[in-house]
Amino acid sequence: MSAIPVTPPAEPWSLPSRGRVAMLSLIIGESAIFTIFVVAYIYYIGKSLSGPTPQQVLDIPFFNTVCLLSSSVTIWLSERQIEHGRIKAFAALWALTIALGIEFIIGTGLEWHKLIYIDGLTIHTNLFGTTFYSLVGLHATHVVVGLLMLTLVMLFTLTGHVNVRHTERIQVLALYWHFVDAVWVVVFTVVYIVGR
Amino acid sequence: MRSFTAKHGAHVVRLVPGAVLLLLSTCAWGQQKQTPPSIFAPASTPAHEIFGLSMFVLAITGGIFVVVGGLLTFAVIRYRSRPDDDASEPPQIYGSTQVELAWTVVPVLIVVVLFLTTARIIFGIQDAPEPQRALDVTVVGHQFWWEFRYPKLGIVTANELHVPVKEATYLHLLSADVMHSFWVPELNGKTDLIPNHPNDMWIAPQRTGLFLGQCAQFCGPEHAKMLLRVYVETPEQFAAWVKEQQRTAVDDPAVAAGRHLFETQACTNCHAVNGTPAIGTFGPDLTHLASRDTIAAGAVKNTPQDLHEWIKDPAHFKPGVLMPAMQLSDPQIDQLVAYLDTLK
Amino acid sequence: MADQPFPIAGSIDVTPPRARERLTVGEWLHGWIVTTDHKRLGILYIVYAIVFLLVAGAEALSIRIQLARADNHFLTADVYDRMFTMHGTTMVFLVGMPILFGFGNYLVPLMVGARDMAFPRLNAFSFWLTAFGGLLLYYSFIGGSGLYGMGNAPDVMWLAYAPLTEKAFSPGHAMDYWALSLILSGFGTLGAAINIVATAFSMRCRGMTLLRMPLFTWLMVVMSGLTLITITPLTAAQIMLVIDRYLGGHFFDTQAGGSAMIWLHFFWIFGHPEVYVLVLPVFGIANEIIPVFSRKAIFGYPAMVAASVGIAFVSTGVWAHHMFTVGMTSVSNTFFVLSTMLVGIPTGIKIFNWLATIWGGKIQFRPPMMFCVAFLFQFLIAGLTGIMLSVAPWDWQLHNSYFVIAHFHYVLVGAIVFNIFAAIYYWYPKAIGRMLDETLAKWHFWLFLIGFHVTFDTMHFVGFLGMPRSIYTYEADRGWGTLNMIVSIGGFIQAIAVLIFAYNLVYSYFRGRIAGNDPWDAWTLEWATPSPPPVYNFATDPVVHSRRPLWDLKHPEDPDWKYE
Repeated sequence: MSAIPVTPPAEPWSLPSRGRVAMLSLIIGESAIFTIFVVAYIYYIGKSLSGPTPQQVLDIPFFNTVCLLSSSVTIWLSERQIEHGRIKAFAALWALTIALGIEFIIGTGLEWHKLIYIDGLTIHTNLFGTTFYSLVGLHATHVVVGLLMLTLVMLFTLTGHVNVRHTERIQVLALYWHFVDAVWVVVFTVVYIVGR
Repeated sequence: MRSFTAKHGAHVVRLVPGAVLLLLSTCAWGQQKQTPPSIFAPASTPAHEIFGLSMFVLAITGGIFVVVGGLLTFAVIRYRSRPDDDASEPPQIYGSTQVELAWTVVPVLIVVVLFLTTARIIFGIQDAPEPQRALDVTVVGHQFWWEFRYPKLGIVTANELHVPVKEATYLHLLSADVMHSFWVPELNGKTDLIPNHPNDMWIAPQRTGLFLGQCAQFCGPEHAKMLLRVYVETPEQFAAWVKEQQRTAVDDPAVAAGRHLFETQACTNCHAVNGTPAIGTFGPDLTHLASRDTIAAGAVKNTPQDLHEWIKDPAHFKPGVLMPAMQLSDPQIDQLVAYLDTLK
Repeated sequence: MADQPFPIAGSIDVTPPRARERLTVGEWLHGWIVTTDHKRLGILYIVYAIVFLLVAGAEALSIRIQLARADNHFLTADVYDRMFTMHGTTMVFLVGMPILFGFGNYLVPLMVGARDMAFPRLNAFSFWLTAFGGLLLYYSFIGGSGLYGMGNAPDVMWLAYAPLTEKAFSPGHAMDYWALSLILSGFGTLGAAINIVATAFSMRCRGMTLLRMPLFTWLMVVMSGLTLITITPLTAAQIMLVIDRYLGGHFFDTQAGGSAMIWLHFFWIFGHPEVYVLVLPVFGIANEIIPVFSRKAIFGYPAMVAASVGIAFVSTGVWAHHMFTVGMTSVSNTFFVLSTMLVGIPTGIKIFNWLATIWGGKIQFRPPMMFCVAFLFQFLIAGLTGIMLSVAPWDWQLHNSYFVIAHFHYVLVGAIVFNIFAAIYYWYPKAIGRMLDETLAKWHFWLFLIGFHVTFDTMHFVGFLGMPRSIYTYEADRGWGTLNMIVSIGGFIQAIAVLIFAYNLVYSYFRGRIAGNDPWDAWTLEWATPSPPPVYNFATDPVVHSRRPLWDLKHPEDPDWKYE
């Protein structure tokens, strides 16, 4: 810097983590996608020309909801563990998170099985079917993607590749999982409470 | 450029937002007899109000253009670099809060004025109460033609709308398939015809005449040939037209062969002729076909020759039209045309 | 300053830019395909966009030949509909956005003093998604009705209003290709936008605070942020359309109670901000070029940033001004009139700030500045015709007429394309190492300017005379013939200009004058690197103290950081 005769005083310098910035950006984008599907769902409530209606066929998935929401707690706890380098505790909580996520997918699968084979509601049946399977399916797709990534981390953990240096990456991934859970709160409210 | 009549001249005077427009418009007019459906030649109440508003907005935006464009031109010429300039950089100015504040306030004021004026016209046109004696017409958009129903008068017709002068006509807009848009520039702005979403608009023409328009929302291959003709008539003419349209179809024994052909071919699947077994609804009602000036949604003149050609091969005039060629022989088509030409 | 080496590292490299080892064609191609270098990806985006610019331009010419006179038979109705659908879709999704992301990719890391984007591999992935999206769209010409029905393509306008896009009205696969290709390139765009936001926030060099970022970078950040919330609704709506077409859903199926209105809203929630997605980076280009060629700092930097963010913010609340004719209530119409007019305020601030930047300067009319000056005038007119369209009652007349076509081409060509040309003239020397030929540039500029005004000025009047858009022919008695002929002639003048430009790009690549590091005597960090910059951009991380680090170096007696 010798070419500059007078330089202003050096300033302290720190930048936000690129992982977090990118994940937050992704979450903003994803929120917009979900918003459109939620708006479509709300717009079409009660506009189906034929049955079945949500009142007739939808049961409130309490257990599923509790599982998914508590997985947000377990993943948060596991973040705390990795921060302090407690890999075993991290692995246990992480596995629990995955188990809760899988339970949610199984629960959704059972619900859909009942709707399709007992109630005869498919995506083609009426507007309710179209919007219901699209919105819930879009969310379930995000849960599956999340589970795949969580499982990947689990595999790395079991093979001993994860340590305290990966805290930030794991927290970024956890951010996505928190988002998926938060979306469920909206979907649950709209589909099972407002729309039923 | 050929000379144009006094009537055109009167239009031009109203049409003058600027010399260029005048020049270009008259160029275009010089060639043809029919005047272009210009938005600056209003002939109906809503179109007049829009015209007045548009002149006001044009004046304001024109003023802005002159001021800002003038400043830009001045700056670009005055502050260009010249060959005899020294190599030094001009004084560096980074900004000025006062100046920036000033030129934020001016646009705000302009926006307030424009907004208030606009809001007044929106409410004035959109929320105008329907007069008791207004004529009601239901307009149904089809790929690629217009169906006009006069529910109180019991008339169904197609593509050519007849309305009385100096009376309000309320149009109830529906669509049978995809989106269309009803636009006759001299009578009013456009309003879309949307399936599952009925709309309304109104016109109140102040002079008689034929006003042209067309579908203004892309609706498929023949969107361009979905033309509109609005006949604004004196009350007497209109009453006569109504009376004629209310009669059942003419039954002329001389063209029984054609009628038989019509009723035994697939024609009746889509077309209706009042008082006969033909009750199809997919195509235009033909009860008074011969009273119309055009066929094929205004794309073709209604002459026996053209009608013959049309029936023989509709896609010749309108490629993509939904009416199929019926594979009839020429004598058969002649019989059909003879029958259809009696449907006055 | 020429004798004094820039202390910003990277510029010390004085290797002649073309002294590279010879590669075989295979190695060269492989290098470009597997690259994760932001500069190469930027060039790939730009080249890809220019190729599609020529394709979509040819489509526009076929449209203009067809409309040159009444009852013309150059194209059939079907082919005409495909041409204008593909022209619009291509220009927006395969030309506009890729070329701007190309500039963003190339310039943002250089401007913020970083060695690459935040996520180089995501960057490459995003580009290839976009690229394959474009190929998929054009594959519809072959695969639209299955291979036995050659020569199909989407024919429903680029707005694709429901229910015309449903299976009942658009059988075959052309619509499917349209929807799938836009979903695909939409994800590409999402990736690119995330990358630019992350780069600008997390990769800045020491001293590059947010309020010292070059305005182009700022505008790319705002544009990317806007992309995050506007491309995604389009993707969502396209997913719904695909569900309708493939799984028998009813989102837009009006026969089963679905709504045509909801597509309109979803499309325009994307569609209007999309205009700003395209125009904001172009403002950024003007913000870089106008100060350099006026030899003055940009006037009111903080106001420019605030106005950009303000435009982006307001633009998300104006979408229904494209829907004044669909029969909304008078109250909704009034609301959208107001929100739309509000856009005029930050836009006005920008124009005044550019004016003030020029004021008192020493304007050098080099090719980039010529295009920028034309942009200023044309953008002013485009803004004013925009105000006319925001006046809802007048919009009832003007909507879907040729006036609207003229207005948005004034924005898309008069503002965006002009500035993209300016940007190419300005940064080509940096990316290639050679100057573009200035004589050819002047021919290009004047011909394009004349052609542009002949076409699009005239088009406004065709709209006044009641000609609606998307019609493949018109009746002779309507009196639109002469004007349409003029419009078409202008189109061909523009085409000649673009061909001169394309020739110049190739000619100057081989024969252009060697540019040197800093041919325009500019002030941002990219000019501190060699032309073309090495893969690593900067040998050591630069440190900046103001918005114009190179000004500080060239004027140590009067550096910017004393005033900021």
